[in-house]
Amino acid sequence: MTENIVHIIYLIASVTFVIGLKMLSGPKTARNGNLLAAFGMTLAIIATIVFHKGEVSGLVYGLIFGAIGLGTIVGWLTAKRVQMTKMPELVSLFNGMGGACAALIGLLEFEHNIGNATSIAVILTGMVIGSVSFSGSMIAWAKLNGKLRKAIRLPYYNILNTIILVGLVVYAIYITSSGTHSETHLYALFAAALVYGVLFVIPIGGADMPVVISLLNSFTGLAAAFGGFLYGNQVMLTGGILVGSAGTLLTFVMCNAMNRPLHNVIFGAFGGGGEAQAGAGVDGNITEVSPSDLAVQMNYSSKVIIVPGYGLAVAQAQHVVNELEQLLESRGVEVSYAIHPVAGRMPGHMNVLLAESNVEYEKLKEMEDVNPEFTQTDVVLVVGANDVVNPAAKTDPSSPIYGMPILEVENAKSIVVNKRSMNAGYAGIQNALFFNDKTNMLFGDAKKVLTELVSELKNMD
Amino acid sequence: MELIDFLGQNIEMVYIVILSIFVGVEVIGNVPSVLHTPLMSGANAIHGVVIVGAIIVMLNSSPDNFLALGLGSLAVFLGTLNVVGGFVVTDRMLEMFKKKK
Repeated sequence: MTENIVHIIYLIASVTFVIGLKMLSGPKTARNGNLLAAFGMTLAIIATIVFHKGEVSGLVYGLIFGAIGLGTIVGWLTAKRVQMTKMPELVSLFNGMGGACAALIGLLEFEHNIGNATSIAVILTGMVIGSVSFSGSMIAWAKLNGKLRKAIRLPYYNILNTIILVGLVVYAIYITSSGTHSETHLYALFAAALVYGVLFVIPIGGADMPVVISLLNSFTGLAAAFGGFLYGNQVMLTGGILVGSAGTLLTFVMCNAMNRPLHNVIFGAFGGGGEAQAGAGVDGNITEVSPSDLAVQMNYSSKVIIVPGYGLAVAQAQHVVNELEQLLESRGVEVSYAIHPVAGRMPGHMNVLLAESNVEYEKLKEMEDVNPEFTQTDVVLVVGANDVVNPAAKTDPSSPIYGMPILEVENAKSIVVNKRSMNAGYAGIQNALFFNDKTNMLFGDAKKVLTELVSELKNMD
Repeated sequence: MELIDFLGQNIEMVYIVILSIFVGVEVIGNVPSVLHTPLMSGANAIHGVVIVGAIIVMLNSSPDNFLALGLGSLAVFLGTLNVVGGFVVTDRMLEMFKKKK
């Protein structure tokens, strides 16, 4: 009887995961979809504890509730307090926690299954994937928050990584087929998987981290699914596989947005050294503009498009951008935002930030819709974006970003680029746009110079 | 041969796996790029279901094996972080998409 109740609750939870994911794919239903999935998850966790068969000591219950309580408080506070600009690295961090959880399950279940080759194979696979996801996510986290800025490449890192991966698989097969199932080997495999996760992510540049996180996200899903296989637990199985397949698809969608195949991201990464010579021929004069001159120019425009990038996020300039937009609109200027699919550090990152400062959803235009509009635009204001507006993506086949769809801002009548300095963008390449005759540079911290711009505009009445 | 036996014995699970793969792909088939980050974050929270496994490990472990209890508690803690943190941060992102009045 109780067993059947658990099965039914697991079924309900699985359905909430499917419907929740579906609802997450539409802007109107997304928030409720997330809450629905959270509700299903709560049900599954409660059912697992309440309907467990067999004697369980009070100590064990105490530890479980303690760990859940502590995890809830820490997780809740971290998620509530994080600045929205730091969100991508937080997702990576939470993903790593899930991977570590799966790896620990493998370590603990090993001894209970010695002698059963099938279970051992399932345990080892889940543990290896979980460990790779954990250490990889930690590296991605460190890269995103700037602790680890450079891509580190060991000599022949592609070959080295492939050898280690093959080694992991062979070693796991060896442990499974050896009758003894020694725990020493288990820990050695665990350590090797952790090392592989580090080596897998560390050569990949920071600009590609969203793709990597999405990939590791689906890895953790797979690890959870292997746990489900081990226990014959349907909710772990459906939840894990759903995330595994949806995450894989999402990874490919993101790669498409950058027009780069996945293997290119993983094996032939740009985004930190190695490509320094590309774009070196780009040179010429740059022209600066002052906030007061720009204020005049914008005030007499009829159409302005703002292109936000990561620089805007770093400077926390989303609110002042919104203020600028309101002010210009009140003067009869048409203002919209052009959002590149990979603007910021994650697809959709800019949308979240701008939505945070109350920019209307309708004003955020996707790349395909906004590109034809640039020719009728008087002023394009690029705030802290670089690679996504680099014309080399269309004109220079030798450029590492060649082929990536870009926002065609160079078609506008006038372009203003706000940057802190002339340093190259995340991909480490120079941008010919800055030397364009129509381009004026507005140097300085985005929040500071935009605040000046707003006050200049206000003074013009 | 072993593989065929294995698949045969676990055929219901295999069905779940195969069908879930298709559902996962279909369900996020045409998501606008605006929602990629919240979707990834939401999916991230859902694989926190691995916590169910950690709880099962704990429930089955003997109360005098302190190493297992320690690691098990750690696993439950990390799984909870994944679940709670994941859902809360997703909710925060989506909260911002509310229409302005």
